[in-house]
Amino acid sequence: MMTQTRYKTAFTLYPYKKVEAQSRIDHHPVVIVGGGPIGLGTALDLGKRGTPVLVLDDHEGPGRGSKAICFSKRALDICHRLGAAAPMVEKGVVWNVGRVFYDDGQIFEFNLLPEDGHRHPAFINLQQPYFEQFLFEAIEEAQKAGAPIEIRGGNAVTNIATHDIYTRIDIDTPDGPYQLDADWLIACDGAKSPIRTMLGLDFEGRVFEDNFLIADVKMKADFPTERWFWFEPPFAEAQSALLHKQPDDIWRIDFQLGWEIDREKELDPDNIRARVDAMLSSQSGEIPDYELDWTSIYTFQCRRMKEFRHGRVLFAGDSAHQVSPFGARGANSGMQDAENLAWKLHYVLTGQAPEALLDSYSTERVYGADENILNSTRATDFLTPKSDMSKIFRNAVLDLARDHAFARAFVNSGRLSVPCVYDGFPHFGEDELDGPTVTRPGSACTDAPVKNGFLLDNLGSDFTLLALGGAAPDPLEIEGITVKTLHIATPSAGLTTRYLGDASKAVYLIRPDQHVVARWPYFDAGKIATALRRALGKD
Amino acid sequence: MSITLIPNIADPDGFYDELLAAHDGLSKEESDALNARLILILANHVGDREILDQALRAAQNSGMAAT
Repeated sequence: MMTQTRYKTAFTLYPYKKVEAQSRIDHHPVVIVGGGPIGLGTALDLGKRGTPVLVLDDHEGPGRGSKAICFSKRALDICHRLGAAAPMVEKGVVWNVGRVFYDDGQIFEFNLLPEDGHRHPAFINLQQPYFEQFLFEAIEEAQKAGAPIEIRGGNAVTNIATHDIYTRIDIDTPDGPYQLDADWLIACDGAKSPIRTMLGLDFEGRVFEDNFLIADVKMKADFPTERWFWFEPPFAEAQSALLHKQPDDIWRIDFQLGWEIDREKELDPDNIRARVDAMLSSQSGEIPDYELDWTSIYTFQCRRMKEFRHGRVLFAGDSAHQVSPFGARGANSGMQDAENLAWKLHYVLTGQAPEALLDSYSTERVYGADENILNSTRATDFLTPKSDMSKIFRNAVLDLARDHAFARAFVNSGRLSVPCVYDGFPHFGEDELDGPTVTRPGSACTDAPVKNGFLLDNLGSDFTLLALGGAAPDPLEIEGITVKTLHIATPSAGLTTRYLGDASKAVYLIRPDQHVVARWPYFDAGKIATALRRALGKD
Repeated sequence: MSITLIPNIADPDGFYDELLAAHDGLSKEESDALNARLILILANHVGDREILDQALRAAQNSGMAAT
């Protein structure tokens, strides 16, 4: 039986190939279901650490359409650690100027001047298929260097049977079905996650739906590289509209249509063109030449699974949580799931951490998901006021924003994704340094300039002791783990601002996913050992 | 710091007059919008989240007592 085609692919990355394993039941330490950005990112992170990983995908490449288009600095930092970011930044579009329109006119504009001393911009616009392609190419590079990663396209999971310490997976292929066993199964199979359904699990929390018409428009015209956002545009019978530049002369246009819509009518190319014409000519009065590259209607929900770990099955990305598109919190938060999960699973599989450490993947990323859902719900409430009075206030904000800077702070068309800080979570340690809040325990390490480039390049993918000022600490061996030492005797101004503040020296213990575990004003091997034990879930 | 709930405006009758006059001739919709803008401007001027919370609670409590 042929595997079913659920969507058109943009291009082929991992074509189906018959493998010998289809004639027997093989055993794998880690199987990832879903070769999207989160599945590929998790596979790359695990494989580069040396953990064998098999990715199954029922298609042979990324789905057609731009889908996720905005990748945040943190996602790029993660990809950089995995060796995939350079082509993303090279291909991606960086924008700084945003304009906000209300009714028929601009109410204000802003310029997001980038902060100095980071390798990556705050975000880039890049079509999701490219993001997946660059991750896939990094996987090919890693494979050449010996990383035990295998991807099987055209392999559809049709059933799973969970047991205490493994999961048996039924797979369908163009050459018929076969089975394999996985010690650990990671479900990166998207919002409609078949794995979630097979386990009889569901989302919980606030359900929130809206319909969005997306039109990717190819336009050679000289249109500015800016983000335009409309509240109540007079031209398109939409509640909001967004225009965003992508690579390859593609512009993403989103129209928020509301609840009750006639999908077929809305997807009629003539109707889409009428909307796009009105939007593109709204400022200049002229309709530029363009072609429709891809159109779609999608609905979204803001909710998550109660827990992301179910025994030996782990959920990451959209399979575990969903948010509205405003704020770029979907794929970006999924990449943070990937980095959180990969090192923990690797440490558990190599016997360096107890299995219970994986519970912290769920608690930490559930917290991250809740923060994203909160932000995304707030943006959605601003975009679609739910009562007469909320609409009165929303419009009052927009009217005031035309004249007064203070009101612009209330205007919420999505707060761009920044990583959550795991404040007070049990696997993080003490904050004895009277240091900057941006680098407190629980936070993802922020970048800063160092002599040979950027700090994050030097942190790597293992536990690291970052010592600023003072004397170089001796290398540490704790719990059989060699803690790499990075000593910077004379920190740059940027590094001082972000990691020292008024302190003259500091010692940071940093996790393999580049999060701060604990920090002190001095070196104390005993305290470092205690913090490391906590980070590994051994206390 | 605590919110001021004792008389604090030098000319209460004059201000009250001005507040009502601002609504003269407005439709219900225009008046609602004006009130909303005024609340946002005043709230921003206050700024202090603690005071704003106390103001919200004071407004809620008095409304509850009246019904």
